[in-house]
Amino acid sequence: MKKLQKHTININEPVITIAGLHKSFDELEVLKGIDFQLYKGENLAILGKSGSGKSVLIKIIIGLLKPDKGDVFVLGQQVDKIGIKALNKLRLRIGFSFQNSALYDSMSVYQNLTFPLTMNIKHLSRKEINHAVDEVLDAVGLLDKKKQMPSDLSGGQRKRIGIARTLILKPEIMLYDEPTSGLDPITSAEILDLINDVQQQYNTSSIIITHDLTCAKNTSDRIVMLLDGQFSKAGTFDEVFLSDNEQVKDFYHYNFID
Amino acid sequence: MKQAKKYLFSRGIDRMFIDAKEAFEFSVRFFRDVFRRPFHAGEIIHQSFEIGIRSLSLITLTGFIIGIVFTKQSRLPLEEFGATSWLPSLIGIAMVKALGPLVTALICAGKVGSGIGAELGSMKVTEQIDAMEVSAINPFKYLVVTRVTATTLMVPLLAAYFTFIGLYGSFLNVRLEESTSLTVFYQNAFSSIGFIDLYAAVAKSIVFGFTIGIVGTYKGFNATQGTRGVGRAANQAVIVTMFLIFIEEIVIVQITNWMRF
Repeated sequence: MKKLQKHTININEPVITIAGLHKSFDELEVLKGIDFQLYKGENLAILGKSGSGKSVLIKIIIGLLKPDKGDVFVLGQQVDKIGIKALNKLRLRIGFSFQNSALYDSMSVYQNLTFPLTMNIKHLSRKEINHAVDEVLDAVGLLDKKKQMPSDLSGGQRKRIGIARTLILKPEIMLYDEPTSGLDPITSAEILDLINDVQQQYNTSSIIITHDLTCAKNTSDRIVMLLDGQFSKAGTFDEVFLSDNEQVKDFYHYNFID
Repeated sequence: MKQAKKYLFSRGIDRMFIDAKEAFEFSVRFFRDVFRRPFHAGEIIHQSFEIGIRSLSLITLTGFIIGIVFTKQSRLPLEEFGATSWLPSLIGIAMVKALGPLVTALICAGKVGSGIGAELGSMKVTEQIDAMEVSAINPFKYLVVTRVTATTLMVPLLAAYFTFIGLYGSFLNVRLEESTSLTVFYQNAFSSIGFIDLYAAVAKSIVFGFTIGIVGTYKGFNATQGTRGVGRAANQAVIVTMFLIFIEEIVIVQITNWMRF
């Protein structure tokens, strides 16, 4: 497995700033005052148990959910305060890789990739569209799957196509929701390599939501733990897991580290 | 301690009112978005093809059989009064004013409405609708407006087709007993049909088409709880649509009768 290569992180340029974020569903308070910043060029892993609110957090960042309280700034814009037109413009600069890939199952791989492109960028020639498709398929190593339907692909291939679909719009920020969930260790390692390759090739800043320590260790510059709706610990992998916090220790011991 | 949730009436009745309010807002959003760019003309044509062409065989078969059966059943009572010459008029009135729009709408509610509910429900629970939204594509415009427009356009056309096929089935049955030509049969069939009847039939079909589309998309768009929710969305799309179609039929017939006198 490739390690995340050294790259420049500009700590003077936060691309995402979250302050005092709260979110509840009925009586269940999922996020209880989240504060953090993601810097330009940084890969940040957010670790936590299933149901701890990790996915809710990135859905708030992309504007799929509204926060109850707190400020969410993405690329200088307050996500929950801007209109739908401005939000859609902002979304074109953010890639979102879904846990279950969320490929359009009535469309072929080619159509899945061209759909966001042609819907958002008008007057592209057939040649330009094909070039963009080939470029992202090459980046995820699936050039030969263009004509296949999503149902013909394996879980790992679906994840790759899902990532390719976001890359076609050349995002500045990537949000990965559980990129290795449901995959075998070898395919997981390939997806982690892909996340690192995307960081290198596209110079993205990324948030990787995961409960998999191998994923967090190999793809991130910094890790934060989400426990009981709050960030309990932040730092490098070693800094976080040398902690005395019992819940963090439990999380470490129940995971397999290579 | 967890507080018990308070309801205005009961959980079910409250849910029904909330559902009705949300469905109304959903319909209002359709009328707001349908005249706004982008129009997704390609997708409307594609959906019209899916709804129209793929329903043709069922509509043809049902219309033809109903035409034959209705003629056979009506002949005997008319013969008792020596009034078999009224058969084409009777079939014409039944087909144009009632059976054409109503049976077509019920077939489409079962075939198209459930299909739309299941398709959109499946897209919802597998996050495909969210995937559109994060790609800066308006899923309401792309999925809802196109489908509702297609059903609103296609159901009247299918109803007209159903009526003509039903009358043709009836003509073949009449031809077995009496000597008549297709032209004379159609002339007689439409002799008792006024402009207001045609207007009401078209208006009914448009309303039925809109209902099939809006209920199917609403149920699918709001599906929850995984595959179970998809099945429920498809099922409810059919039940609610049929219920609304019967109410609309009664209301439009009543309005037409008022306008007539």
